[in-house]
Amino acid sequence: MGHDILSQAFVFLAASVVSVLIADRLGLGSVLGYLVAGALIGPFGLGFVGDPESVMHAAEFGVVIMLFLIGLELEPALLWRMRTAILGLGGAQVVATGLTLSGVGMLLGLEWRVAVAAGFILSLSSTAIVMQSLREKGLAATDFGRAAFSVLLFQDIAVIPMLALFPLLATTAGAEAHGGPLASLPAWAQTLAVFAAVGAVVLGGRLLTRPLFRWIARLRLNEIFTAAALALVVGVALLMQSVGLSPALGAFVAGVVLADSEYRHELQSDIEPFRALLLGLFFISVGAGIDFPLILARPLLILALVAGLVAVNAATLYVLARAFGRPRPDALMIALALAQGGEFAFVLFAFAQTGGVVPASVAGPLVAAVALSMALTPLLFVLGSRAASALAESVTRAAPANLPLVDTPHAIIAGFGRFGQIVHRVLVANGYSTSILEHSADQVESVRSFGNKANYGDASRVDLLRAAGAADAKLIVIAVDNKEKALEIAEVARKEFPQLKVLARAFDRGHLYELMKRKVDAVERETFEGALRLGTAALRALGWRGHQAERAAGLFRRHDERNLRAMFEVWGEGDSPEFRSAVNARRALVEDMLARDLAMHQIAAPDEAWDTQSLDAEVERQTRAK
Amino acid sequence: MPRRVLILFAHPAFHRSRANRAMLDAVRGLEGVTLQDLYEAYPDLMVDVPREQGLLAAHDAVVAQHPFYWYSAPALIKEWIDLVLTHGWAYGEGGTALAGKTWLSAITSGGREDSYGPRGENRFSVEEFMRPFEATVQLCNMRWLTPFVLHASHLAGQTELVDAALRYRERILALQRDG
Repeated sequence: MGHDILSQAFVFLAASVVSVLIADRLGLGSVLGYLVAGALIGPFGLGFVGDPESVMHAAEFGVVIMLFLIGLELEPALLWRMRTAILGLGGAQVVATGLTLSGVGMLLGLEWRVAVAAGFILSLSSTAIVMQSLREKGLAATDFGRAAFSVLLFQDIAVIPMLALFPLLATTAGAEAHGGPLASLPAWAQTLAVFAAVGAVVLGGRLLTRPLFRWIARLRLNEIFTAAALALVVGVALLMQSVGLSPALGAFVAGVVLADSEYRHELQSDIEPFRALLLGLFFISVGAGIDFPLILARPLLILALVAGLVAVNAATLYVLARAFGRPRPDALMIALALAQGGEFAFVLFAFAQTGGVVPASVAGPLVAAVALSMALTPLLFVLGSRAASALAESVTRAAPANLPLVDTPHAIIAGFGRFGQIVHRVLVANGYSTSILEHSADQVESVRSFGNKANYGDASRVDLLRAAGAADAKLIVIAVDNKEKALEIAEVARKEFPQLKVLARAFDRGHLYELMKRKVDAVERETFEGALRLGTAALRALGWRGHQAERAAGLFRRHDERNLRAMFEVWGEGDSPEFRSAVNARRALVEDMLARDLAMHQIAAPDEAWDTQSLDAEVERQTRAK
Repeated sequence: MPRRVLILFAHPAFHRSRANRAMLDAVRGLEGVTLQDLYEAYPDLMVDVPREQGLLAAHDAVVAQHPFYWYSAPALIKEWIDLVLTHGWAYGEGGTALAGKTWLSAITSGGREDSYGPRGENRFSVEEFMRPFEATVQLCNMRWLTPFVLHASHLAGQTELVDAALRYRERILALQRDG
């Protein structure tokens, strides 16, 4: 088996495709698929991959990117709104579970610092597995899903102080991990350095990245934006590493710094595929790293560890969830869903091991136990929902806690030029919230300066629409200044978000028909109403009274709309080759339109409303007859 | 053959009207009943005369359901009467399009029943206030029925509303049966 880079890449990609497909078929989620794939091709399986360590190293970049994206999710406003749930249930969970597991560790004879490190590492559940399972099962927006999210969020944040504080727990010198210039410093100085470096990233992110991205966004080259985003993450990771800190920590902070910037959605969407792939690679390398000989050699120990971990986690969570007022079925679901160890355990154990905090003899079996507990998650989910629904039947549901996961906008405005702005103002003036997607960086900048929620990006991209809230919004207003783009957005929105009402701005009749063909819910020609108003003003300038001119305009509008619909049928057939040619089609449309306008003049003008001519004539005849 | 009933509904603030909502919900979807929601169809008050005349021609009975604004009706009802009931079509020479059809006014009023009549604060009875409508209907050779009235609609509780809605539904069903 050749171990050059191409064949390695092929083995990894093929194994993950096959395993994830199978895992998905079995309803077990992709994470388990990756783990199994790793176990299969790893040194303890088929042996395709000789050295999981080297792969692990590359794959850890997946975790770096994941932390960057988690950071991006943490909009300060969202954090603030969920503060009670996050700090309350989340904080209590990490502290209580961490202390309980530390106690268990000490009872099993571990040195106290080792026990504390291991206990807190094991208190973390798997964000990747749980969030994915919640989304796949459509539970993310339920009370239980939100509670689970709060806990996971706190755990993700708790990783940062753990990374920062573990050097203080070092029992042996772990200098080989800290290759940077700080390695020779005492532990307190290293801890201080963490905070100093974080401060540097925050300042740099605030002052430098936004102008940089604005500049790049003006180029309108998607791939350059992606490259810049990746370069940013890699750059921060390298910077952190060079001073002997965790690259993941730096990426997380960089993410938080950019969380309320206008480029958040675009960054998320651009980096997401890399995250998914690299994280997959990470899970594969974890799978490959599972020490099967160790498990086989001491099966009872590993099984006991898995059982103990799941039991302590679940019991603590259940008690806490009840104490925080969750109804019993919810508490049970939370407890079982979050009972596993998490992917951070792999990162933190590796970190703790190289830092001399936890010896390999302790970390090895624990990593294996965490991996196995993660593999159990799908099973625990099924168990949890069965038990919860059984319980729910006997328990009356408590009032739901209204805790929105994200700001759900009522409307998405795609394109924020002269047209989109007016639509936006009408909606906002009547109490609705909007989420704006705009392709011009300058425009986004000026819009945001007025306190609007605007994001830079191409609204025909599904991922961006989703990030802007398309899955939950009621409608999308397509007001982009590009005909083709508008049609594209209409298609994408129709196909990907069936609940979304699609309202579009048309440039001219041809464009209007193209939009109607795509079954948009409402469409308005950009110039029609304005021109009609001016036409009304012209009639008044010719001496018509206000109401008379207004009625003429109203009748004209109705006449025109009817013709539009009638001609749409003809246009839709479009079987004559002349009609297909755009120029001829245009001429035909205009000619037909003028002919119909003349016909209207004969039928409806002068407007017969309030016309008493025929009544007068009748009265006159009657008078004469007498 | 049951008679076809056209409900001309007019309420400019329908989103705030519990009474009219309850009444409409009770008759919506009845077979042979067409609902024309005027303020929804003509938000710009541009009544489409040929369309409205077509609707009238296709039905045997007309129900005008609206609040009793200023002892009368919302503006769009008056606009509809002004524009749709044209000379030579609805009345006058050759104006026989509506002859023989039935008209029922169904109104909701904020005032209590005893506030109408010579001793009430409104001084006249509902019947008297409705005379212009009655005369209009008669000029078109249509049959005028005693109006359906829901009094004190603002004060009505849920039971009163349900009760009124059921009474309304009965009137509509009777209209379908007997004209």
